[in-house]
Amino acid sequence: MYRYDDYDHAIVRARVAQFADQTRRYLAGELTDDEFRPLRLQNGLYIQRHGPMLRLAVPYGLLSAAQLRRFADIARRYDRGYGHFTTRHNLQLNWVKLPDVPQILADLAQDELHAIQTSGNCIRNVTTDHFAGVAADEIADPRPWAEILRQWSTFHPEFAYLPRKFKVAVAGAVEDRAAIHVHDLGLQLVKGPTGEIGFKVYAGGGLGRTPLLGQVVREFLPWEHLLTYTEALVRVFNRHGRRDNAFKARIKILVKALGGEEFARQVEAEWSSLQGGPSTLTEAEVERVSAQFGPPAYETLAADDLCHLAHLREDKAFARWVERNVQSHKVPGYAAVTLSLKKPGTAPGDASSEQMEAAAELAERFSFGEIRVAHEQNLILADVPQRELYTVWHRAKAAGLASPTVGLLQDLIACPGGDYCALANARSLPIAAAIQERFADLDYQHDIGEFALNISGCMNSCGHHHLGAIGILGVDKNGEEWYQVTLGGRQGTDARIGEVIGRSFAAVEVPDVVERLIGVYLAARHADERFIDTVDRLGFEPFRAAAYPNTHQSRRVANA
Amino acid sequence: MLNQSPRQIIKERRLQDDTWKVVMPVDGQPAFDICLPVGPLLVPLAVWKARKSCLIAREYEHGTPLGIWLAPEDDPAEIASDIDDFTVIAVHFPKFTDGRGYSTARLLRERHGYDGELRAFGDIGRDQIFFLNRVGFDSFVIGEGRSAEDALAGFDDFPETYQAGTDLPIPLFRRRAA
Repeated sequence: MYRYDDYDHAIVRARVAQFADQTRRYLAGELTDDEFRPLRLQNGLYIQRHGPMLRLAVPYGLLSAAQLRRFADIARRYDRGYGHFTTRHNLQLNWVKLPDVPQILADLAQDELHAIQTSGNCIRNVTTDHFAGVAADEIADPRPWAEILRQWSTFHPEFAYLPRKFKVAVAGAVEDRAAIHVHDLGLQLVKGPTGEIGFKVYAGGGLGRTPLLGQVVREFLPWEHLLTYTEALVRVFNRHGRRDNAFKARIKILVKALGGEEFARQVEAEWSSLQGGPSTLTEAEVERVSAQFGPPAYETLAADDLCHLAHLREDKAFARWVERNVQSHKVPGYAAVTLSLKKPGTAPGDASSEQMEAAAELAERFSFGEIRVAHEQNLILADVPQRELYTVWHRAKAAGLASPTVGLLQDLIACPGGDYCALANARSLPIAAAIQERFADLDYQHDIGEFALNISGCMNSCGHHHLGAIGILGVDKNGEEWYQVTLGGRQGTDARIGEVIGRSFAAVEVPDVVERLIGVYLAARHADERFIDTVDRLGFEPFRAAAYPNTHQSRRVANA
Repeated sequence: MLNQSPRQIIKERRLQDDTWKVVMPVDGQPAFDICLPVGPLLVPLAVWKARKSCLIAREYEHGTPLGIWLAPEDDPAEIASDIDDFTVIAVHFPKFTDGRGYSTARLLRERHGYDGELRAFGDIGRDQIFFLNRVGFDSFVIGEGRSAEDALAGFDDFPETYQAGTDLPIPLFRRRAA
């Protein structure tokens, strides 16, 4: 993974000192709330229900064991011994105290960590595929490009006060595991006609109040132009994005208003005078960064470990875990392991300090000392030898990290919701818990099969509810919590925005509704058909009818 | 309407006396209706466009240097052909969270080749000055209620930067390689 040199260290340390001084001035009354707000947000610091929430950056989801131990230590020392991994790879702490934050940042900096631009109207943490570098369907490793973008966007002087936040995702494989279609800027690595690397560029995707998929603004951008082109694109947004209404300030609104073609034309016009300038990437720089993401020292192993095969035959629970939580690897004899953060009874994405330390130890012993954070709010050990899987499973189980449910109902995605977040209209976590409880039976879950269920506590859509096969959105109706259900969403290469099925439900109704929707699928599915496929084949009507059995709601909505 | 020019501004990284006045029209006031007092003036884009010949005459006949200020929404391309006429171009930041002026500055410097004084004024202070300096501003009128003395410290917030800027047009990756 990328290791800081003296330059990187100097820049991050300077930020720690700068923020310590800003905090001091704020606490001394020299900075007003309005003056301090954008400054603290650009350091990931929100004021939330329980006090400040601090969002720590995990650039493109990659952590060393030492870094994860640092998170564990900070969560224990300055918080309540746990943190929440988000859909954008970051770690949120919900109970920190403002005067401690400068010291937290100083502690983080010792392990090349920070909270830079994890919030605020600036370029946010760049995200990518959690199987980067190990996926069999990879065109090119996205991580060097994400790191190059991280450096370019860090304290970019022109883009610290954009109309609104700006999120970038880079995908390097055939299957999009980085949700590039719902990012402000989505970059898909592709190969050009003569095999050279470049990017297909999408802009204007996003969820929130106005969910939209990104539009293609450039079919092929040769790699060396990545920074100059991105600079042109963000400049068009900075100059022309709306600033009169925060709900209409994301780039997606600008792209939609102008149309993809006109937006692309403006970017090209802007780019024409930046193209070829000093920010044009050099082979030397790409090599310097790429070298740090080179493959670890893999052993030469047989494709199938005999001992592993024996364990698979003999231990049904292990086999079930392998089926769901272990992914194939491009190197023979290796596998990628998902450590689930979806244990029933704990909030999705939450990890205790002990769990972080357990994961760090597993990484050190079995996976070259690295961990990834998946945007589905799980941790990944990307390079585990097959022969170690049985041991890894036992230890993960002991740490509460081995729920064998990756990709199933229990692996649902949820934001922290109204229990923690000041923006939320409704709570997410009790809904998540009720659904997990309803489907706790593992055989039932495995029978239902692959399932994406996403829960957001408000329109900001941090739980990506639009991308769930079933999505649940908390809404406020006269001060009460209600939940709207969307159907048919999906992430990935054929990303689609789910549609609302009808009137919203009270919290107690939600598990029943989910079960009734799944009942339609179980009764009607063809062999090998996933829930989402059945929805596509049958359309919404039978699902609506099941969701609203005692009303004419389904017909009314269908005719609307 | 005329804003009294501040006695001191930041220029060349120190406090200096300054005599420029900002002509700030009230809403809806037509450009031809604004009185232009004696002395160096920063006029809004609309006044420049409407009264260009009069302003140039002031320069020729009285030696009064020309200045203009741009609002966040103003397109710097509109003054591209006149750019060498100005002694000072100022960019207004009505709110420090409105970052359009940063792009304006880079366009003036890098696209339109402006090499005169480029001034930031409005709601800016110590926590903005590092970035403002990087995009090409070289003089700063610190916002009301803020200390210009303190703002000087902002120039040194970071010892290094990743990107190319107007202050240092070579990005770090090219310097690292050297």
